[in-house]
Amino acid sequence: MKIAVCIKRVADSETRVKVAGDGKSLDDAGVKFILNPYDEFAVEEALQRKEKAGTGEVVVLALGSATAQETIRTALAMGADRGILLQTDAVPADGFVTAQAIATELKAGGPWDLVLFGKMAIDDYNSQVGPMVAELLDLPCVTSVSHLTIENGVATADREIEGAVEVVQCPVPAVITTDKGINEPRYPALKGIMAAKKKPLEVKPVTLGGGSIEVLEMQPPPARKEGKIVGEGAAAVPELVKLLREEAKVL
Amino acid sequence: MTTVLAVCEQRDGSLRKVSAEVVTGARRIADALGAEVEALVLGSGPASGSDQLGGFGADRVVTLTGDGFGKYAPEGYAKAVADRAKAGATVVVCAASAQGKDLAPRIAAKLGTGLAADVTDVMVEGGALMAIRPVYAGKALLKVKLTGKPAVLSLRPNVFTPVQRPKAGTASTAAANVPAGRVTVKEIKAAEAGALDVAEAPIVISGGRGLKEPANFKILEDLAHAFGGRAAVGASRAVVDAGWRPHADQVGQTGKTVSPTLYIAIGISGAIQHLAGMRTSKVIVAINKDKDAPIFKVADYGVVGDLFEIVPALTAAVKSHA
Repeated sequence: MKIAVCIKRVADSETRVKVAGDGKSLDDAGVKFILNPYDEFAVEEALQRKEKAGTGEVVVLALGSATAQETIRTALAMGADRGILLQTDAVPADGFVTAQAIATELKAGGPWDLVLFGKMAIDDYNSQVGPMVAELLDLPCVTSVSHLTIENGVATADREIEGAVEVVQCPVPAVITTDKGINEPRYPALKGIMAAKKKPLEVKPVTLGGGSIEVLEMQPPPARKEGKIVGEGAAAVPELVKLLREEAKVL
Repeated sequence: MTTVLAVCEQRDGSLRKVSAEVVTGARRIADALGAEVEALVLGSGPASGSDQLGGFGADRVVTLTGDGFGKYAPEGYAKAVADRAKAGATVVVCAASAQGKDLAPRIAAKLGTGLAADVTDVMVEGGALMAIRPVYAGKALLKVKLTGKPAVLSLRPNVFTPVQRPKAGTASTAAANVPAGRVTVKEIKAAEAGALDVAEAPIVISGGRGLKEPANFKILEDLAHAFGGRAAVGASRAVVDAGWRPHADQVGQTGKTVSPTLYIAIGISGAIQHLAGMRTSKVIVAINKDKDAPIFKVADYGVVGDLFEIVPALTAAVKSHA
């Protein structure tokens, strides 16, 4: 079982977003960065499959600045065997540029039994690098997987769609992007954290193309207008309903 | 004349509502670029509802058929759309729905171009296509310029309100002549009949830890029923993590981002990661016993007090007005 897990360093979900001086990116002063939560499911899935197989290798791959080494170490502390950082100044706005760099690296380091991604990164909401890499490597792909079984070379995956669950099959090797529900990611134990420091982490500088999505500006969302407290307790309900009907016109 | 492709969505042979939103968005772009809108429907045959796409601004409605196209066939659909785009489209518009999030990146990759995903607004400035997309779960908005040829974007559901812009809507059917591919949908396990998804429902009623225990979500479901099939019940991360509610119902940065007409937050304090998932709702109502809860900062209307008294009263009031 040789499994690649592609991960990303992202701002924590509790981050208060401030726009940087360039007017188009996050001011990261004081921001806590974490392993993208959906990628934790991918790392866990890889570890469980390797453990079940009894043999194999879990390789984590990230693209980003030198600081992403810390994120790779988190995955190594969970139990991954080695890491690769495709080092760039910044993660490009165009997910296809990222996908091309990752696909090139995966092609050189393969073949893989399985390639895993989180279903999306909680910073850019792109939900695209996994399936793009699958296209570039000509591998089958199932996205947003909340349950996965692999038997006799066939992956059977549940994916949430609106109001239902789709059961999807494809042959492996495949690219799978993970959703909440697929497993319960482990916390790195102290022993794992110590061991991670000694695990191999290869840093490869990459030069990226320009891509076709250019960020012009980043702005805070328009402020919501000041709301009002209608009242207290059940006594406020008639007034609330009246406001929803007559002022907000939503009933 | 150049073409804007609107990639529509069907399930079980019926066009989904988001298709009208995609055609509406495509029409706006096409008008600004002086282009035509071609609505693409992929399936085993014409989907019911396709004939209405002309009303939302489709100049042509083309059904691309193929073996195994009855259910979503990711690889076949992507190839069929990409082939069609290569025949002369300048823009490809998809939905950022469950299917569109899977399909749009494949189309973009096949076309060797980028994808502006989950877009909430589009505009053409100086002949260039621009899009607004929320990042950090709506805590910031990016304005991006799409320079891809063609440009590919996906539209956030529930944001592009369908607008009647009648065009010819001439219908035709063509064989896609591509295999369905290696990835196949074996089965669709539907949730409770008629259940709405929080990401699509016009009204979302979400509960948090203030509900005290899972069984108490019954009072939220009663309120949802009072709205007569227009409301879905959502949940905060805390109660999903506690196993009270399924992840499919979670609203927030690590759940779903919703933009309903009416969002009612009940017993939810309003952690920043929850606010991120619902702040673009048109009207927000908060019911919470703590008058200092952050949820009241984003709510249009707040009621302070015991949700176990307030919610049943609200349910009764909604029922009596229905």
